[in-house]
Amino acid sequence: MIKIENLCKNFVLHNQGSAVIPVMENAHLSVAPGECIALIGASGAGKSTLMRMIYGNYLSQSGSIVVDGVDVATAEPREILQLRRDTLGYVSQFLRVVPRVPTLEVVAEPLLNIGTDRDAALARARDLLARLNIPERLWALSPTTFSGGEQQRVNIARGFAHSFPAMLLDEPTASLDATNREVVLTLIEEAKARGAAIIGIFHDEAARARVCDREVDVTGFTPAKAA
Amino acid sequence: MTPLLQVKDIAKFYGNRIGCTDVSFDLYPGEVMGIVGESGSGKSTLLNCLAGHLAPDAGQVFFDTREAGLKDTVTMSEPERRMLGRTDWAFVHQHARDGLRMGVSAGGNVGERLMAVGARHYGDIRAQAVDWLDRVEISEDRVDDRPSAFSGGMQQRLQIARNLVTGPRLVFMDEPTGGLDVSVQARLLDLLRGLVRQMGLSAIIVTHDLAVVRLLADRLMVMKDGNVVETGLTDQVLDDPQHGYTQLLVSSVLQV
Amino acid sequence: MTQNGQYNFAYLDEQTKRMIRRAILKGLAVPGYQVPFASREMPMPYGWGTGGVQVSAACLTADDTFKVIDQGADDTTNAVSIRKFFERTADVAVTERTSDASVIQTRHRIPEEPLSEDQILVYQVPIPEPLRFLEPRETETRKMHALEEYGLMHVKLYEDIARHGNIATSYAYPVKVEGRYVMDPSPIPKFDNPKMEMAAIQLFGAGREQRIYALPPYTQVVSLDFEDHPFDPSKADHLCALCGAEHTYLDEVIVDDDGTRMYVCSDTDYCATRRAEGHTGTMGTPFTEDAA
Repeated sequence: MIKIENLCKNFVLHNQGSAVIPVMENAHLSVAPGECIALIGASGAGKSTLMRMIYGNYLSQSGSIVVDGVDVATAEPREILQLRRDTLGYVSQFLRVVPRVPTLEVVAEPLLNIGTDRDAALARARDLLARLNIPERLWALSPTTFSGGEQQRVNIARGFAHSFPAMLLDEPTASLDATNREVVLTLIEEAKARGAAIIGIFHDEAARARVCDREVDVTGFTPAKAA
Repeated sequence: MTPLLQVKDIAKFYGNRIGCTDVSFDLYPGEVMGIVGESGSGKSTLLNCLAGHLAPDAGQVFFDTREAGLKDTVTMSEPERRMLGRTDWAFVHQHARDGLRMGVSAGGNVGERLMAVGARHYGDIRAQAVDWLDRVEISEDRVDDRPSAFSGGMQQRLQIARNLVTGPRLVFMDEPTGGLDVSVQARLLDLLRGLVRQMGLSAIIVTHDLAVVRLLADRLMVMKDGNVVETGLTDQVLDDPQHGYTQLLVSSVLQV
Repeated sequence: MTQNGQYNFAYLDEQTKRMIRRAILKGLAVPGYQVPFASREMPMPYGWGTGGVQVSAACLTADDTFKVIDQGADDTTNAVSIRKFFERTADVAVTERTSDASVIQTRHRIPEEPLSEDQILVYQVPIPEPLRFLEPRETETRKMHALEEYGLMHVKLYEDIARHGNIATSYAYPVKVEGRYVMDPSPIPKFDNPKMEMAAIQLFGAGREQRIYALPPYTQVVSLDFEDHPFDPSKADHLCALCGAEHTYLDEVIVDDDGTRMYVCSDTDYCATRRAEGHTGTMGTPFTEDAA
């Protein structure tokens, strides 16, 4: 489902003496449907960078990132947009929404974007919000005013609204209480069961052990500090 | 898929000075593209060339017309271009008073495009005007008020209703949220996003506000001194800018 | 040369009249289209009919009989002074009888009596551009005419209905000529609009705005309207107090300090003719030569 080969990435800081910072070299990775991979490695080793590259959020210098037949490293913007709409989900640590949009709409949006019937989309959103213990009185409000934990759960509900065949999870269980952590892990297990290929970053080792089939240490992709 | 708009090597010069040059891109149905850059970077010149308000000195702008498919709007006859301007195209000006008839009621402003394409039933025109005012969150009892009695945000929403009433496929926006309070901006952005999705609109938005493009635009084009210096997915350009100017632009935004 | 030899016939020099005639012919060829012309300074102020006077001057021949009406009346200052002007500068016969005149210059009315094919009706026009009040740019209005973009005209009517519940425009009511040009009929009451499909030639002169336009005989002239608010050539719902006519355009006259009103035909010649024929209204006296 997701196949990464020879992937390299540099940052060039034009406004700081054009400093070139290599951050990734010859990354290889492959995830099959129904498989969950955990990225591990010390802080700054490039876990998030790799996730962002897979999502098309960061550009790649060379190599390929094939998700469901689309090479994100070379695809046109509209191809990536379509991939994100239909195939590739991403649950980041931060919720970014238009102010004023009610929580229920925020969660239902990925479904509405792929043309799901409005009632069905809202029903799915309600279901997820309820499972993630967001009080119903908050559903009509914009999540911008919510607490950090609530925002994160709204973000997870949004990420799981559409049954993406491939998913990227950036610390989905961080700072959640035991009950909600359990809900999120169940959601991940359900996604795996329906055949989703998942790449995740989990600092929570118990969670990692429970849902992940393999671990990939990104330190192996870090360029030698020789430069 | 046929692009809705295909821009090829557009250039516009003001004497020796470059307005914009070497601009090419494709815009597909349903896509929203942002054009950012500082004042004088040529983004408004480009928008006006694309929308037929300015004649470019070189290049082509193909639009996927309903009747004849892709057609160069630069060389098409003026009546044809003006017809596009009041049917398939819409233009939202930065200053509502440039896009509205200030001496005409809100209903008349919205109804004008309908009457321009032949609507001759007062009751129907008015009903549609009221419906559109409602969609842009202007209450029905303001339908006979003139825009001069509206707040800046309302004027801007009225301008949007007036433009969208004929169901255009491509909307040009020139700093649509410029000069509005932050809270009013948010409401307008939310509204625009909803309309873009409901109507399947394509849009080209010129702005210098990076927050606006992050929320509204799928793709981004960064301009400097009349040239396009970087293009790509909006979040990619903003989060991993490649060109020195874009890096400067992104790092210059004040954090709230 | 006129009787005292000081003016060329009808005041204007021959070259100017030729220039105006060319504009008139072009106007007749393209009904409703505003033809620019080099309007001359006339010995009267703008707003007093300088456009109409120039068109009349270009039309008059020594054999013509000339009539001038102002709001239907032959005896108001404006009508009298223009009539005198051509009496002196062209030495033409003048009349107050509509049927006797070959050239009729009018301000804001069409005579009640139907005109015939051998007559010319010359209108004085203050603002020839019907789109002007909504679109101030001349470059833009010209383009709108050229491209037949007339949606804006209906915006004006829409505004009327939105504000007053019906189309309140009661004079200078816009018309479409032969399905092509939208035209300002000059500030005649909308009551007169249906009369514009007539046997006589109609010429429109706007002196300050330097425009001439025209309607050949029997040209189709349609008043703009909405399907659900059709054009209504209404008038005051009264009879003429002098001649009892029920089908004429009426002036409202306040006759005393208590606000008592009387309604009389605005077309003085028509009213006098009817009274001479024996028609009498509620306040009318049997016709005598000096009663008018």
